[in-house]
Amino acid sequence: MKKYTFSEKKDTRSGFGAGLLELGKTNPNVVALCADLTGSLKMDAFQKAFPERFFQCGIAEANMMGIAAGMTIGGKIPFTGTFANFSTGRVYDQIRQSIAYSGKNVKICASHAGLTLGEDGATHQILEDIGLMKMLPGMVVINPCDYNQTKAATIAIAQHKGPVYLRFGRPSWPVFIPEKMPFEIGKAIVLSEGADVSIFATGHLVWKAIQAGEQLAEMGIIAEIINIHTIKPLDEKAVIQSVSKTGCVVTAEEHQLNGGLGDSICQLLSRHLPTPVEMVGVNDSFGESGTPEALLVKYGLDSKNIVEAVTRVMQRKKALV
Amino acid sequence: MTTDQLQKITSQVRRDIVRMVHAHQSGHPGGSLGCADFVTTLYFNVMHHQPSPFSMDGNGEDLFFLSNGHISPLWYSVLARSGYFPVSELATFRAINSRLQGHPTTHEGLPGVRVASGSLGQGLSVAVGAALTKKLNGDKSIVYSLHGDGELQEGQNWEAIMFAAAKKVDNLIATVDHNNQQIDGTVQDVLSLGDLRAKWEAFGWDVLQMNGNNTEEIIQTLKKAKEHTGKGKPVVILMTTVMGYGVDFMMNSHKWHGVAPNDEQLKKALEQLPETLGDY
Repeated sequence: MKKYTFSEKKDTRSGFGAGLLELGKTNPNVVALCADLTGSLKMDAFQKAFPERFFQCGIAEANMMGIAAGMTIGGKIPFTGTFANFSTGRVYDQIRQSIAYSGKNVKICASHAGLTLGEDGATHQILEDIGLMKMLPGMVVINPCDYNQTKAATIAIAQHKGPVYLRFGRPSWPVFIPEKMPFEIGKAIVLSEGADVSIFATGHLVWKAIQAGEQLAEMGIIAEIINIHTIKPLDEKAVIQSVSKTGCVVTAEEHQLNGGLGDSICQLLSRHLPTPVEMVGVNDSFGESGTPEALLVKYGLDSKNIVEAVTRVMQRKKALV
Repeated sequence: MTTDQLQKITSQVRRDIVRMVHAHQSGHPGGSLGCADFVTTLYFNVMHHQPSPFSMDGNGEDLFFLSNGHISPLWYSVLARSGYFPVSELATFRAINSRLQGHPTTHEGLPGVRVASGSLGQGLSVAVGAALTKKLNGDKSIVYSLHGDGELQEGQNWEAIMFAAAKKVDNLIATVDHNNQQIDGTVQDVLSLGDLRAKWEAFGWDVLQMNGNNTEEIIQTLKKAKEHTGKGKPVVILMTTVMGYGVDFMMNSHKWHGVAPNDEQLKKALEQLPETLGDY
């Protein structure tokens, strides 16, 4: 098990803010739109540096999405910013018709995704957004795992022509991805090699998967830990390659089991390489108020749950032989 | 272009509309006929635009967004007659493998269309966005948009109306097709818009009114509207039209919102609409 350490914790939304600021300096076509959450989205640095390219839309997300679609006509690259809940479910038809179906080059940037939003509770803790967005034809869906990866992803998506959903979060989280690691859309990252089980994780749960890997190593199980930051398009080659070696899979994500990363991996494997899979995620339930850590424990999204899922799936693999 | 010439083109556009809707027994003739004078005048007499080669970005061109996408037969006819794509393609409206989808889309690559519409209430936001980009680019062209009156029941419109006034998007001329008809009856009966003029004015728009079935009045009002741009306020034209205008038995009734004429009705309609440019 490759050793991962971190010297600091930072929120992924700040990675977005830093990436956006850098884009402002390097790409004059990048514009930013926000629906009254500039501070929460960490867009204030961009707003201050490039006031003429920042558009405060007020608490009117549907209009913001339409404006973003319109701004692409004439060559701008709009980045919209609001909470994940208001970036997806609230404006689904606007995204569907004016952005996705119309093939518009809009980057939908969504903070406060998942349970780790914490105390605000279930009204704001969207756990369905990956599913909603990945069902839209042509939509790229990215859920980076730490500050550095979020910053790199923000910069990278400006180069991609077409709609992108970029999902990140609120809590301070270990920063363990090297600052200079390039971000390639649709390219999985093997964080640690192993032959016993493949753990595919996205977002905040990548760190939980690393912690689980360490616990598993103490038990003599060497897991292959793979960071799937791009849920769509899925790096099918990387998944198949790892599973061909390990023969069993655990997926981990801060999202409903329905429609998330695990769902995508199961679809792929059932078509090409039927394999026992255990999924760590939220099982058809809304969240609630609480601290991020307490919520991850209560809803079964902790490293302990990944370890247990590995134990189960390895037993299933053994039973097949 | 003279008023007489514009009216001749409009007559052909109206023929195209009823023939297109009849051909595959599907589409929306009522609103299409009602707005024919306006959209024809806009494309043939007002907007600075380049049909070919079509540019999605439209830099340096005036842009038009059709928010009430169901009146696509009208738009398709005007686009084809303006030179965006071959007139013969109108025969494919609503058929399989056509670029002329039931509601307008960029997805099949039809020149002239810059965003999909049909799910109502979204076009004004898109037009506002395009107008903002023109400002950023130092492009002095105008953005035009068309909306149904019933469509204003969608709340997103009022978000966009509020935004455009607050942010002084004054390179935008929106037009509302005020025919007082929607699928379930009159707009008044279904969900009254109240005093529409007062509402737009209260939101901070410069409001003009016109008879949308009078070519001369359309020319004059659009001229005036253009003079009102660049003065810190977005401009809206409340355009009174008669749904189904030009075909007597289709006029003044919501029944022809989305119904195709049969063979006999087509014949009767075409008798009222002289062929001027040649049928497709």
